[in-house]
Amino acid sequence: MRFLVAVAFLVLSFTAPSLAVQPEEVLKDPVLEKRARDLSTELRCLVCQNQSIDDSDAPLAKDLRILLRERLVAGDSDEQAKSYLVNRFGEFVLLRPVFALHTVFLWFGPFVLLGLGIIFLFRQKKRKPKTKAENQLSEIEQSQLKELLDGQKN
Amino acid sequence: MITETGHFVLILALVLAIFQTIVPMYGAAKNDARLMATAQTAAITQFLLVSIAFGALMHGYLVSDFTIKNVYANSHSAKPLIYKISGVWANHEGSLLLWVLILTMFGAAVAVFSGNLPPTLKARVLAVQGSVASAFLGFILFTSNPFERLNPAPIEGTGMNPMLQDPALAIHPPLLYAGYVGLSVAFSFAVAALIEGKVDAAWARWVRPWTLAAWMFLTVGISLGSWWAYYELGWGGWWFWDPVENASFMPWLVATALLHSAIVVEKRNALKVWTILLAILAFSLSLLGTFLVRSGVLTSVHAFANDPERGVFILAILVFFVGGSLSLYAWRATSLKAGGIFAPLSREGSLVLNNLFLAVAAFAVLTGTLFPLVYESFTGGKISVGAPFFNMVFGILIVPLLLLLPVGPFLSWKRANGLAAIKRLWIAGLAVVATIVTVFVLKADGPWAAPIGMGIAVWLIAGSLSEMAERTKFLRSPFMTFWARLKGLPGASIGMTLAHLGMGVTVIGIVAITAWKQERILVMKPSESINFAGTQVTFVSEIAGQGPNYSAETGRFDVTVDGKFVTSLYSEKRIFQPSGTPTTEVGIHPFWSGDLYVVMGDAVKTGGRTVRLYFNPFAPLIWFGSLIMFIGGMISLLDRRYRVGAPKKAKKPTLQAAE
Repeated sequence: MRFLVAVAFLVLSFTAPSLAVQPEEVLKDPVLEKRARDLSTELRCLVCQNQSIDDSDAPLAKDLRILLRERLVAGDSDEQAKSYLVNRFGEFVLLRPVFALHTVFLWFGPFVLLGLGIIFLFRQKKRKPKTKAENQLSEIEQSQLKELLDGQKN
Repeated sequence: MITETGHFVLILALVLAIFQTIVPMYGAAKNDARLMATAQTAAITQFLLVSIAFGALMHGYLVSDFTIKNVYANSHSAKPLIYKISGVWANHEGSLLLWVLILTMFGAAVAVFSGNLPPTLKARVLAVQGSVASAFLGFILFTSNPFERLNPAPIEGTGMNPMLQDPALAIHPPLLYAGYVGLSVAFSFAVAALIEGKVDAAWARWVRPWTLAAWMFLTVGISLGSWWAYYELGWGGWWFWDPVENASFMPWLVATALLHSAIVVEKRNALKVWTILLAILAFSLSLLGTFLVRSGVLTSVHAFANDPERGVFILAILVFFVGGSLSLYAWRATSLKAGGIFAPLSREGSLVLNNLFLAVAAFAVLTGTLFPLVYESFTGGKISVGAPFFNMVFGILIVPLLLLLPVGPFLSWKRANGLAAIKRLWIAGLAVVATIVTVFVLKADGPWAAPIGMGIAVWLIAGSLSEMAERTKFLRSPFMTFWARLKGLPGASIGMTLAHLGMGVTVIGIVAITAWKQERILVMKPSESINFAGTQVTFVSEIAGQGPNYSAETGRFDVTVDGKFVTSLYSEKRIFQPSGTPTTEVGIHPFWSGDLYVVMGDAVKTGGRTVRLYFNPFAPLIWFGSLIMFIGGMISLLDRRYRVGAPKKAKKPTLQAAE
């Protein structure tokens, strides 16, 4: 059921993509509004597929945008506003996962692979490659070669 | 009757594909020329059969035959002709049929154009192609039959997702699939080579054009998708790191790496084991992409199918081909070792680094895409990995690659003089410094990374041109000498320059739109004006209208610059029949400096409309750059060395033996 609701929201949010942030939501203070917009791009619209609350026009995204602005107006720092939302909605709300033990693989996996790759390359280069005669021709190729050479003689 | 014929020939195609998998493979093992020769006929016939099946389904769409369940569920008699055609592949069953059509087309192309392949290799390549076709034909016939009938027949169809009723999106799937599926040829060559136990320069020369073709289709397919998202989704974004986008981007990254490593195999007979692995990985990622999109495991707008039975079937296909080929690789790859020696600082060395960064970048995208799935299935917890993560990690990995890119072509094979290469890039270096300073001065308040980003873009463009200037002795010799040298440049070399240059052009667009995009959200009443990004935009009027299968409210916006009329932009809200789903059409005017982008939103209670204005500086360059890459690929593909390089005579012994 939850899935169906999600799909319903998804359909709505994707087919009416026109406007996310509405004029009446915009804060008067441009600095605060800029912070709100930047933070919005990092927060997930929970019922959408891979859309930030900044991009989505699902009703929930609107509620979250307003909630976020309320927190900022109340004087929260960016981090405080984020953790306020995480406490309520869980880590799922963050589009940029936290650095923590359970996300180590995600954050460092690629860089560990890069490091291993570089180490491997340097070790590989030091060892002299064993060159094996591998340019042997197959029987058919040999017959073709013979044919070619014979052809040239004639 | 036509529909049943389609169904019937599809079954025939499956039987033939199974034959094509087994018989030539056995023939190659026994060195039986007659059995091997069946592969060619089978591949061509199979393509014809699938074409007939595809044509039968297309016919159903064209005449709106709603006795076919697939047509009923995805079409509507009032739809414009082009979307009746594209409707064939805008759904699960039809798009799989298109997948197989392109697969068999590539198979037939290999059969026709590879006359000079050694017969055993050719038989094995086609047999592997046949195995992929068997799996997917089986998938279609057993779980996703597009020819299923309905009784009683409905009067009218339910229509096609209005979002997909767009010219760019009509041709996006065929292009993307041509890319995905084109990589199957590289895969088949890799598997066949593993079975043969032999990889050499000739092998690389045969594989490269196929990989290049697939890469070109992927490039243009991805780019079209991104362009579509830009003008259709209506918030000016062009890349969202959506799992579906990632699914096509990962094969692109690996195919790019494969193109480069195949050069090393061809020229220097080195990196063979790695190249085989890349060929396997590139197609495996294509299969993974198909799985992710088709199984509905990631629910998003592209995931039409939500049937677990299908998911399991595709997963089985994925496990069989990826697992099977990697096992074969583990077992046989060691027999391939040997090859040219090279110093770390050399053309080969630079291509190895290129491969490392591209492969790791693909791995990062893969990790980010699958992490939420894996995390949830192990811990039950939900986690999001979105654009901020990808931008950061992918950015860190791709910048060094872009910085090294112009240097590579200046390095000589085997052992290079790095200092000499850098010296030859001094003009490009100067251009970079000039760019950084200029951008910094002009956009002093802009993000600090923007001048650096522009510097990288200019580095790519100027670096690529420097390489071409060096080869043609531009300005260092009389014009006629330069002209003669330019005309004498091999297609592959011009192609490389263009592809690298195109990358630079794309980077300009990406940096500019990221750093300097302007946005304005407001309520406008008719005849109201606003000054925005150096233009004056007037909301003239809104008119209600009627399209072929939708009703629309059209807002007209007049744009003036310094009092002079420039253009009228129209932004539309459409309500599609019969589903009643709304879509938005954006009004875009391309200035030289970028796109003015106008979106009309909903009516406001107090009167007027919400309006969103964007100015996206240099945005078209993102797609223009990929077009240049595509053209580069095309010129490289036409390089006559690919056609006359390998000896033509190879056909003869096969034929003689066959008689």
